[in-house]
Amino acid sequence: MAAHMLVQIPLLAVAGALAATGLPVPLKARLAAWNRRGVSGTLLAVIASSWWMVPRALDSALATPLMELTKFVTLPLLVGAPIALSWRDLGGIGRGFVLANVLPMWAVVGWLYAAAPVRVCNFYLVDQQVTAGVGLLSASVALAVVAGLLSFRVVAPLDQPRPAASSSGSRPSTP
Amino acid sequence: MGNAPWVRTAAASLVVCAAGGSLLWRGTDGFRALTSEQARRRAIAQAPRVLPVVALEDQDGRPFTLGAYRGRPTAVDFVYTQCQSICPLLSAGFQRLDRAEGSGRPDERLQLVSITFDPRDTPARLREYASHYQADGSTWRFARVGDTRELAPLLQAFGIVVIPDARGGFQHNAAVHVLDAQGRLARVLDADAPSAEVARAAAAARQ
Repeated sequence: MAAHMLVQIPLLAVAGALAATGLPVPLKARLAAWNRRGVSGTLLAVIASSWWMVPRALDSALATPLMELTKFVTLPLLVGAPIALSWRDLGGIGRGFVLANVLPMWAVVGWLYAAAPVRVCNFYLVDQQVTAGVGLLSASVALAVVAGLLSFRVVAPLDQPRPAASSSGSRPSTP
Repeated sequence: MGNAPWVRTAAASLVVCAAGGSLLWRGTDGFRALTSEQARRRAIAQAPRVLPVVALEDQDGRPFTLGAYRGRPTAVDFVYTQCQSICPLLSAGFQRLDRAEGSGRPDERLQLVSITFDPRDTPARLREYASHYQADGSTWRFARVGDTRELAPLLQAFGIVVIPDARGGFQHNAAVHVLDAQGRLARVLDADAPSAEVARAAAAARQ
């Protein structure tokens, strides 16, 4: 369960994100017309990803091949790809807003999985449920720390080298 | 540029929220069933399930089927004799039920059936387990499936998922299953449901 929630699902989303960055530029531009400031793409990714946190959804992917196929299609296409196409356009405030909502949700879901007095998934062992919960909680804290370090410029983002070039007009340049 | 791009983005966002919201709503029965166990219980309560006719063998080696209980209030659970976790709780609950039902007319009396899914459980083992819970085999029987090929369809019909754990045992969704007068699976209650609640559900299922 921990492997599915913390490795398989994120990797499927990352696969979708990587595929989306390789889309031809004209197609990206046409999609961007429907996704100004990354709003609709982010909404899509948040809604689709929240489904795959529901214990019933995790069970269903093991119970029926159709739902397993749905998982393998929706995570790259409806979570990873839209986030990749939207993240930059969201801007600093938008990204902060998304993270400030999504990360606490992950933390609470993780905490529930770890602390629930009942077995929430019929297809997974109880100890796997606890591991998955602790893992999800830890991942959300780790991502929050990374996001904090990036937003307060303690470390430089990978795609933007430290010396502030005048390429992006939205960021205040330091003298 | 004008407002055109925002119109499209707003339209796309609306579609995403409406479609996504309705799929989440439907996928969780209106946020009332977030686990597959809740979904199973709701589905059974809404539409009683016809159970397959499966030849069972009790702790004394006597063959029977669940159909024999038609018309009598009946509760079924799934256990295995080596279980250290949830089965003792289920069996203690059935023991309380069996004792609570001691007085009362014989045909009104709640019948209990505990079915094992562990192929290692022989009638002798079931007999030993039954004596541990002071079940005399008249109102509370312990059974295994006669033909192991019929076990999977039976578990499937009840919605029981059995997965092996790392210690040579199993984990499974534990609950009390109440049959109705036609022998269909009508209600599913918590493993630790009070005796009175199970008796009430069994009486209601006969209406």
